[in-house]
Amino acid sequence: MLNRLDSAIGFYQEALNLRAKRQEVLSSNIANADTPGYKARDLDFSAELRNAVAVRGVQPLGPTELTRTHAAHIPAKATTSGPVSLMYRVPTQPSLDGNTVDMDVERVNFAENAVRYQGTVSILSARIRSMLAALQQ
Amino acid sequence: MSIFQIAGSALVAQSQRLNVAASNLANADSAVGPDGQPYQARHVVFRVAPFPGQAAGSEVGGVQVVGVVQSNAAPRMVYDPTSPLANEEGYVAMPNVNVVNETVDMIAASRAYQANVEVLNTARTLMLKTLTIGQ
Repeated sequence: MLNRLDSAIGFYQEALNLRAKRQEVLSSNIANADTPGYKARDLDFSAELRNAVAVRGVQPLGPTELTRTHAAHIPAKATTSGPVSLMYRVPTQPSLDGNTVDMDVERVNFAENAVRYQGTVSILSARIRSMLAALQQ
Repeated sequence: MSIFQIAGSALVAQSQRLNVAASNLANADSAVGPDGQPYQARHVVFRVAPFPGQAAGSEVGGVQVVGVVQSNAAPRMVYDPTSPLANEEGYVAMPNVNVVNETVDMIAASRAYQANVEVLNTARTLMLKTLTIGQ
């Protein structure tokens, strides 16, 4: 029963998570619009969503660390690549200081992502409502 | 890590940049400072501040001011033999502040500040909307 509920709204959960993540990445781009050498990043939403739905329920491998048994050991740590792979934006007008943030592109993407986030929230709410209605019959 | 922290750090950094631009503009004609030298223009240096604990290669983060550097451009020499600060040839060393550059920097900082305020407002709207899921 719970499994059914999960599969009914799990897709929207993943989509919302990714939308929130993308919003974060875009806000980081806007925040660093004047930082020398900063490269604008973004994620491929549809590819990431397909991936997130495919690996849903699989526990990701956390960062691994070697045990240090001696004070002189060098700390070694391997960070696994995150659940979301970020890509670099192809700049149309890069600055001389190495910054590739194009404010117009970022603002447009930010606004679009915000609207789509709200849309996903609305659909998720509607699904939960209809499920509650079915449960109350 | 959240959008609020990212946009908040950008607000702090940009307002510091505005502060520095205001200081430069205010002291554009301060021929002598506390150290006896003409005022030198200052500029902020920005750096990405990734939040700790993020997976390698996909760090996002806010912005941080790592320092305020002084411009070492040559002072502007103004001919004013009546000034007590004039040298033998009658020139006074004035600050190396470029007023046009500072004004442009000020406008850029205020626009960036506005953009981040907008980010903050959008994030707030989204969070409030998220709280209404299932109602």
